Amino acid sequence: MTDSTPHWYDDEAGPMVRLYAMTAGRARPSSAAFELMAVVQAEPLPDEDPTLSPEQHAIYRLCDERPRPVAEVASDSGLPLGVVRVLLSDLLAEGLIRVNRPVPPAQLPDAHILREVIDGLRAL
Amino acid sequence: MDSARSDSFMALKILVAGGFGVGKTTLVGSVSEIRPLNTEERLTEAGRPVDRLDGVQQKTTTTVAMDFGRITIHDDLALYLFGTPGQNRFWFLWDELAQGALGAVVLADTRRLADSFAAIDYFEHRSIPFVVAVNCFDGVRAHRAQEVARALDLDPATPVLLCDARERASCKEVLIGLVEHAASAYEARMPANSASPSAG
Repeated sequence: MTDSTPHWYDDEAGPMVRLYAMTAGRARPSSAAFELMAVVQAEPLPDEDPTLSPEQHAIYRLCDERPRPVAEVASDSGLPLGVVRVLLSDLLAEGLIRVNRPVPPAQLPDAHILREVIDGLRAL
Repeated sequence: MDSARSDSFMALKILVAGGFGVGKTTLVGSVSEIRPLNTEERLTEAGRPVDRLDGVQQKTTTTVAMDFGRITIHDDLALYLFGTPGQNRFWFLWDELAQGALGAVVLADTRRLADSFAAIDYFEHRSIPFVVAVNCFDGVRAHRAQEVARALDLDPATPVLLCDARERASCKEVLIGLVEHAASAYEARMPANSASPSAG
């Protein structure tokens, strides 16, 4: 990447790797846990580094930095949601991440939390 | 290093809906760090006449880019804004977006109020708390909130706010109005819980 050859493509060209290549041809994740707002976070790496693709590795690093919802992993990695879900399910199968399912809507709006949100917005 | 903390991380979802070109992207960008979120979706019947598939019969998905923004309240609490795709052909995306949403902002332009009918219907039918935010283009405030509420035939409890999507302070007020409305809507739905003091 440090050579002086001018690049003949740029971001406009879109991904230079076909999406199905990143997921080894899989279109669906093996786990249904990855809803948009499910929060994923990294588990400690085992002593022996697992073999991860560059995309899996990038996603692991994001989850290791701080917990974030699936939608944010997709946005931060620049990968489409569908691809991210497949790669996250690989990481889950390897025990490298864990997922907290979003709080069900019926239990969600705790008045105390909503008050925190309002105060936080005011302070922005 | 932060595994003890992170299990308590809470992510809340707010939708920003409204007709095409009404200022959804501007609003999300005014109040949060905005980034695109790409989703690969299966093409629906509605999409077929638009996306020419001649010669590419195998193409069954299309990429949809949504506006996506994060507002950090504190380490354990963040608000996520999703700008819902405006075109009718992306309705199929809405159900996943709406699932578990805290509430929605329906952005409206008084010159094209009819463009917001679909979003209003959607949230009313699913009992998702929402506010209507009238984006006052170029400072036009000819329409009062009451008139807009009447024109849209809104439930009297649904707040109508005037805003300027380019102004951060204005967009903050809209979100605060939405969360306050959502809080009272949820409280009304759970009378048993509302009386008991918070355990936290």
